[in-house]
Amino acid sequence: MEKLLEVKDLRVAFPGKWETVRAVDGVSFQVFQGETFGLVGESGCGKSQTMRSLLGLLKSPGQVTGGQILYRNQDIAKMSQKELRKIRGREISLIFQEPMTSLNPVLRIRKQLYEAFEGEDLTKEERERRAIELLKLVGIPSPETRLDEYPHQFSGGMRQRAMIAIALGARPRLLLADEPTTALDVTIQDQIMKLLNQLKQELGMSIILVTHDLGVIAQMCDRVAVMYAGQIVEMTDTVTLFSRPRHPYTYGLMGSLPSEDTAGSALEAIGGSPPNLAHLPEGCPFAPRCKYATDICRRERPEAAQVEPGHWIRCHHPEITQTFQGLIQASDRTAREEDDHA
Amino acid sequence: MIPVLFVVTILVFSIIRFIPGEPARLILGEKATPEAIAALTEKLGLTEPLISQYFLFLRQIFTLDFGNSFTYQMPVAKLLASRFPVTLALTLMSTALSLLISLPLGYFAGVHKDKLGDQAVRTASLVAISMPSFWVGLLLMIVFALKLRWFPAGGWADTLGGQFRCLILPAITQSLMTTALLLRNTRNCVVDITRMDYVDFARSKGIPDSEVRTRHVMRNAMVSTVTLLSMRMAATLGGSVIIETVFSIPGMGKLASDAIFGRDYAVVQFVVLMFAVLVLVINLITDILYSFLDPRVSL
Repeated sequence: MEKLLEVKDLRVAFPGKWETVRAVDGVSFQVFQGETFGLVGESGCGKSQTMRSLLGLLKSPGQVTGGQILYRNQDIAKMSQKELRKIRGREISLIFQEPMTSLNPVLRIRKQLYEAFEGEDLTKEERERRAIELLKLVGIPSPETRLDEYPHQFSGGMRQRAMIAIALGARPRLLLADEPTTALDVTIQDQIMKLLNQLKQELGMSIILVTHDLGVIAQMCDRVAVMYAGQIVEMTDTVTLFSRPRHPYTYGLMGSLPSEDTAGSALEAIGGSPPNLAHLPEGCPFAPRCKYATDICRRERPEAAQVEPGHWIRCHHPEITQTFQGLIQASDRTAREEDDHA
Repeated sequence: MIPVLFVVTILVFSIIRFIPGEPARLILGEKATPEAIAALTEKLGLTEPLISQYFLFLRQIFTLDFGNSFTYQMPVAKLLASRFPVTLALTLMSTALSLLISLPLGYFAGVHKDKLGDQAVRTASLVAISMPSFWVGLLLMIVFALKLRWFPAGGWADTLGGQFRCLILPAITQSLMTTALLLRNTRNCVVDITRMDYVDFARSKGIPDSEVRTRHVMRNAMVSTVTLLSMRMAATLGGSVIIETVFSIPGMGKLASDAIFGRDYAVVQFVVLMFAVLVLVINLITDILYSFLDPRVSL
């Protein structure tokens, strides 16, 4: 598979008057052509800032303070606004979590769609045809009339579909989906996820899916990175993650999911709360909440290390985490793969 | 709108009659004999019962025959027709000036929130809001008319170009407050709007920044700008009474204040009514503009 994106040791900081918030603190990952890469973590762990930096859309005063974002061997982190504009939409596009506020309330859907392929030299008829095709693609009924409506005339799910249509307007190779279903109700969530999966296959694009929902990861992703306090603490393929999690944080997240075995009993939560990104502890950022933490955890930051081929964790104690039981048995793996083929 | 206008006619009619002072005595002067005053009062129709005076006023409105002014010795309609364009020109000039200054500067300040430029713009607008317009008018007169001799200190000219020159200082004076208020409003709108996801989403499409600015940021800022502007235009019309008096410009504001001091009932009634109609027209235009600016509003 061709490597599309390689993020190397990305650092994003929000300098303030009194303190600097290190929102992304040395994140590295790769995304290949045609795969769905998941980025999972709690709110405020730096997932969204990682996504925004991939398009040079960090909110002021946030800035990339280190590392590289190599998109097909060009470094996005070093691009000028003009160069970024060529990447935005055409190569990489973005959908946000809040469909209610992500469309301009005073412009017709038509105009907002047209903007997506404004750079291309199209006639009026071609533009209209393309816009209608896009709305059809995302499953919006009677697109001809919907084109001239305003966002407030669309329901939440329809707006999210419209946003996806706009994001796909210039046929990007990589779609960044920042919690695309968080604001939608469950049935619509499922529809949108299925739509994304189907579009990925039809158009052959890659998706980076940001979410805090492990269920969504299981449904959608080929590979996953778990983020905590601005760092990737565990990264592997989805099946491995769910069958053999190796980081205490990932394990904790899985323990907090409801399952058949734990039905009726209280769900287990990870004690404590995420650290303040402006005052990170000296050692492992997860140490204060970790059941297995020892002195070295509180003293030194763990480096990312490979525990098996393609499975990386940031933990001082891989020998302890070896015993973790995943949510699925290794034998489920074949079952899942069969599901995929079906 | 019609019921509002009806109430306005009652208000206009009664307010002028509540002001103390006999019109006939003011017209004839201190030394007039009681007989002459009585005769003039009779002639002015002021001995009639109030209710029939009011119906006469209403009939004049509907027939568009506004009667004659006693102090100017000419038909009120003609008087209004000659004064109205001056006030209209002054209002339009000051409004245009406000928009030209406040929109770009407001955008600039909003985008550079809390930076030096923003602080400077905000301080300047605070100063502008705090200065009373008659005082600013006098200051401008001293600097630009008396010291630098760029513009006339007041009065009116016969040629169109001359009249334009006469309107510059008054327009600046009048626009100051509106500019400052619009500036602050635009700045705050830009700060709020640039935080919205749809602006980032627009940028993520790879469209040029100038389009993000006009189509997404300023387009959305227009909704509240129009609200504020219509309120300010109504206030500006009221303010023209002061400005036109300070610069002695023959507009409706000056006419209104002269007529009130001279107890020229016929003129006062119709000037004030005209102001009221103008404010209503501005509101109507605003409502229509709304439906274009914000599709969520329907008439």
